[in-house]
Amino acid sequence: MEAFTRLDAVAVPLPYASIDTDQLIPARFMSRPRAAGYGDLLLHDLRSTPGFLLDDPGYAGARIVVARRNFGCGSSREAAVYALVDAGIRCVIAPSFGDIFAANACNNGLLPARVSEAAAEVLLARLLGPDRRLQVDLEHATIGEMGFEIAPVARLKLLRGWEDIDLTLSHRAAIAAFAKGDAARRPWASATETSATGAST
Amino acid sequence: MAGETLFDKVWRMHVVLTREDGQALLWIDRHFVHEGSHHAFAKLRARGAGVARPDLSFAVADHYVPTRDRGAAIGDAAIGRMVGQLSDNARAHGVRLFGLGDPAQGIVHVVGPEQGLTLPGLSIVCGDSHTSTHGAFGALAFGIGASDVAHVLMTQTLWQKRPLRMRIWVDGAWGPGVSAKDLALCVIATIGADGAQGFAVEFAGAAIVGLSMEGRMTLCNMAIEAGAKCAMVAPDDVTLAYLAGRDFAPKGDALARAAADWSALASDADAVFDREHRMAAADIAPVVTWGTSPEDALPITASVPDPAREADAGRAAHVADALDYMGLAAGQRLSDIRVDRVFIGSCTNGRIEDLRAAASVLAGRRAVVPGLVSPGSSRVKAQAEREGLDAVFRAAGLEWAESGCSMCVAMNGDQAGPGERCASTTNRNFKGRQGPGSRTHLMSPAMAAAAAVAGFLVDVRALPAVR
Repeated sequence: MEAFTRLDAVAVPLPYASIDTDQLIPARFMSRPRAAGYGDLLLHDLRSTPGFLLDDPGYAGARIVVARRNFGCGSSREAAVYALVDAGIRCVIAPSFGDIFAANACNNGLLPARVSEAAAEVLLARLLGPDRRLQVDLEHATIGEMGFEIAPVARLKLLRGWEDIDLTLSHRAAIAAFAKGDAARRPWASATETSATGAST
Repeated sequence: MAGETLFDKVWRMHVVLTREDGQALLWIDRHFVHEGSHHAFAKLRARGAGVARPDLSFAVADHYVPTRDRGAAIGDAAIGRMVGQLSDNARAHGVRLFGLGDPAQGIVHVVGPEQGLTLPGLSIVCGDSHTSTHGAFGALAFGIGASDVAHVLMTQTLWQKRPLRMRIWVDGAWGPGVSAKDLALCVIATIGADGAQGFAVEFAGAAIVGLSMEGRMTLCNMAIEAGAKCAMVAPDDVTLAYLAGRDFAPKGDALARAAADWSALASDADAVFDREHRMAAADIAPVVTWGTSPEDALPITASVPDPAREADAGRAAHVADALDYMGLAAGQRLSDIRVDRVFIGSCTNGRIEDLRAAASVLAGRRAVVPGLVSPGSSRVKAQAEREGLDAVFRAAGLEWAESGCSMCVAMNGDQAGPGERCASTTNRNFKGRQGPGSRTHLMSPAMAAAAAVAGFLVDVRALPAVR
């Protein structure tokens, strides 16, 4: 995974609350293989909305999105993150994120940066003016002069470009030991199909 | 030291190890995959990895499956490929498949409980946000994305940060015509679509104890619409009665041992929650949504809100945008909203009790708009047909179809047209959720049935009696 350290890029304001993952990528496009790219599908059905700035030439090359609260709520579809990443976005700034979206983002090198509602409004207003670039520094958790919040675990994962699986595989022995002990502690937790009489089938 | 919550107890049983930074590696007891898992299986192929525990993984075809003409080949090539890929991946990795044509096929969150795969005290994940449903049994169940699906397939574990704990206590008895769906929408409207973000929610209190398993599942299913990490109800006699005799549920001595363990799965009297909400079931009226977020919900007796009267600028902007999309006017009575079609089904409200509730409203009445009824599983469909419910739906003029996610997510071709207004028992009223330009009003099965009969959003309690 590509590590995230600093980003100095154009930021596009999307002043909506609860931009759900159905907006980020409508369900009907999700049969596309990842290799074909999802960037053109990002926010597909909102792009024709009057005043929607994603395709505005003044924000060409944007790598940052600023939105209102509850960004990425709804469906767990990781394709929502693929659409953002494939469209060149590396950072979303909002007052809050759907839990599953935030986890998916961190698994794909996309930074979900939390700011206060007031700070989000300041950024949204400022980006309508001539200064459309933001400087995001993950090491110091800052956006220009402003701070942002991110869980320490997520911060480190993004900074290093770590994938969970590599760490997990180093714990193989502990996992095997847990599974063995657990099978004795909770014999009923195995998934065995049984007939009505209790005999395994 | 304070006691433990139900969530704490189930979490603790699954911690393989905890890192210095607090991240816990959790053991996963059940992993459900559906057609959307193709991304995760592709990751396995890229790594040359296999499925660590195929015996704990279950594949269910639901998101893309056709709900009509099951015998025929799937006409749409892309949809056929999605359904076929799941079968291929399940076969290649030795995972039990509930596929098209299996008499136990259905929506994953209906099939798991119905099969007895969902049990109290288990950890359950699935690449679907409505996995919270399984928490109705006192399981720790939550949705994950494709990277985490691949991680679970490869290791049967997942790294997680422990969420905070919230209890939603619901007192008293239920009023007539009011169901778990109404409570769920009422909760979301009260605390907001992100009101439970970062929290594991426990539903408790007399009104929750009084719910059937179907009702508890509806409630836990919708908790994700308040942003919850997961939702749980403590297992009790209702839970045990539901599980009795189910294919994968323990039986005989194994059940006795399990039931003894499960009896400890309740929050201790001195357990401390990070946040508590208290509600009275008697205060809840039938609820409908008017906007484009599940938090945009009001009692059917209310009127559409006015953005000009919203104090918060962000909220005012949302209300104005939602009314524009939904084609509604501020101040309009909810009961004056005409509907174009109805949908009854989904992992939220596609279970037998839901179909009974809808059928009881439709019996002896005619729908004045078209509607589709898709049972939550093929077994629910068979049960409904044994009870004659299919005849009630058909006599009312609604279409009785096969089981799948259908119009809840509009991936299989079942959808509402642009501008069409659908009274729906599903879980999301997001823009375009039921098809591009579609307008969704969420409600209970009884309320959707009433809307079909009236052609308007209507209070099911006020429907004229059948002559």
